[in-house]
Amino acid sequence: MRFVLRRLGFFVVTLWAAVSFNFLIPRLMPGSPVQALLAEHPHLGPQAIKALTVLLGGSSHQGLVAQYLQYWGHVLTFNFGVSITTSFGTSVNKMVFDALPWTLGLVGVTTVIAFVAGTLIGLVSAWKRGSWLDSALPPIFVITSAFPYFWIGLLAIYIFAIRLGVLPNHSAYNFYNDTPGFDLHYIGDVLQHAILPAATILITSIGGWILTMRNNVVTVLAEDYVRMARAKGLRPWRVMWQYAGRNAILPNLTGFAMSLGFVVSGAILVEYVFNYPGVGYMLLDAVNGHDYPLMQALFLLITVAVLVSVLAADVVTAVLDPRTRELG
Amino acid sequence: MATDRPIDDGAEPAGRLRAAAARVPAVAALVEPGTRPAGAPPSPRRRRVPRRSRFKLVAAVRHNRKATAGALILLFFLVLAVFPGQIAPYNPSALAFSPGLGPSGTHWLGTTSQGQDIYSQLIWGTRQSLIIAFAAGGLATTLSVLIGVTSAYLGGVADGVLSLVTDVLLVIPVFPLIIVIAAYLKGAGTLDIIIVLGALGWSYGARQLRSQVLSLRKREFLEAARVRGETSSYIILTEIMPTLTSLIVATFLGSAVYAVLTAAGLQFVGLGNPNAMSWGTMLYWAQNNEALSAGMPLWAIMPGVFVALLGAGFALMNYAFDEISNPALRPVRRIGRAPFVSESDLSLAAASPGGGTGRPEQRSSDG
Repeated sequence: MRFVLRRLGFFVVTLWAAVSFNFLIPRLMPGSPVQALLAEHPHLGPQAIKALTVLLGGSSHQGLVAQYLQYWGHVLTFNFGVSITTSFGTSVNKMVFDALPWTLGLVGVTTVIAFVAGTLIGLVSAWKRGSWLDSALPPIFVITSAFPYFWIGLLAIYIFAIRLGVLPNHSAYNFYNDTPGFDLHYIGDVLQHAILPAATILITSIGGWILTMRNNVVTVLAEDYVRMARAKGLRPWRVMWQYAGRNAILPNLTGFAMSLGFVVSGAILVEYVFNYPGVGYMLLDAVNGHDYPLMQALFLLITVAVLVSVLAADVVTAVLDPRTRELG
Repeated sequence: MATDRPIDDGAEPAGRLRAAAARVPAVAALVEPGTRPAGAPPSPRRRRVPRRSRFKLVAAVRHNRKATAGALILLFFLVLAVFPGQIAPYNPSALAFSPGLGPSGTHWLGTTSQGQDIYSQLIWGTRQSLIIAFAAGGLATTLSVLIGVTSAYLGGVADGVLSLVTDVLLVIPVFPLIIVIAAYLKGAGTLDIIIVLGALGWSYGARQLRSQVLSLRKREFLEAARVRGETSSYIILTEIMPTLTSLIVATFLGSAVYAVLTAAGLQFVGLGNPNAMSWGTMLYWAQNNEALSAGMPLWAIMPGVFVALLGAGFALMNYAFDEISNPALRPVRRIGRAPFVSESDLSLAAASPGGGTGRPEQRSSDG
């Protein structure tokens, strides 16, 4: 319990640091983003300008401390103002929450699949070292994880959408034929649109799970208790799952808890390539349009998501691995 | 546990050089299992393997097919990066040819929609990727080692502060952060990319190194060194660092791959300098001109192939270092023992502490 409280305190401190970082970045940059925006968009009302100065700085009659306190006020009340270029006048919060489900659905599900499949492959290939599975799969996936996400996406688009014309390469569903709702046609269409981006993410992310798990299992297999289990004549299946697998999976589980936080930001480029209306695509949209309020809100959302998952990873490790609790 | 050693090991005197040489056959045994029949006598070739431990890398690269492939790939790109002027047939930015040509004898990969030679652009783009890989990867790794090892070894308040810094950097998702910074910078140059990637990319490696050192902290060999009265710097440099070799190299190779991919990604979405000569910028222009559907697919595909190849080269090199420093990961070694010993027993033996799971007390006892 003390360990968890300690990590919770850490969480608060880190959150403070992360938000302060978000506060400082635009203020440390050369030039004033707000002035640049005002020059580009003279139609902004006084309300929008005030929100902008709180978020990005540029107010001359306020000290940095006062700005900082005001910034915290806005962050804690989720007041990120309205979009200024991407979708003028729309609340940033609404835009973010419209984009979030798409990313969670696409990247979240794919991350879980990659973790489960990768861990299993890693376990089996370490258990049967030197088998065809072990000599084929890990090296192949090491190579595929070196591929740029977005380029695999481009290739998939070229082959399956342009050459073969069998799968859609654009957005999350067909805007012209579909009305969002819980009917089979719409769900089928969404799934069809998700195949190429999901496959792209899967191919490039599964290798890491396989390699970590394989190396962990190889190390654990050298431990005395595994030897003992074998000596007792336990079934190999039981040694693999109950003795080797259970202990070797610890680092992978921690990694999994953390990777869930990176779901929100993990596939920015894939979303960009496929014009998938998720958080990452929106972030690049905001960046290209210099929509700083939207950009800041998205960046904070991404940061907090990762922060929460790091805390989760710590708790998971503490619950599963008594050695960590002792050290903590 | 003498049975865990290669058989030709026990016959030799245990001098320092002998011990070093005796470890080399283990490296020679990196060839895939099954290529040498079980119980075969050591081939003459194995005796010619250099004895000095610094040749271990060469030996490991030569005897591990994955590592050989990685080394050849890196060599290939190194040549391209150093002599692009001699290799590329044309000026990469000259708008000298008909636009949108297909592959031909004069233009191996065709031309862009502005009439530039794609093949020449590809070769000239190598240099920037390699520079970013080595510079950003090196910077990130140096910071990882400094911060991770110091933090774990010192413990207490120093660990708290350093871990806090590490965690803050770890929770701030680097790629979105770089995107945001690039958005304010409006067009990031090579140096910008190197500094940002290096300065923001060390946290993961530092965290891994820290936990590795933490797990070592209670091992007997460190207690022994402390009881002997060794200084902290001696313990860190000669007792801890050797056990971290594979992790440090893996950190470097990982950072290098990450730097190449991230830089290409940034340039691809248009956040780099659009006039730079690089693979990412090629992808950017290809995407902007809809190269895939406009009949110039090679313009978009080839830069990605090169990025991927370079990344794969780094990743494959990891095998060589992994197997040098962690014998437990070596392919199962078949040594000529009683035929009733099952393969799983042998793999167990090869991975046991006597065979060396990277525990330094075993290594130092060799010398």
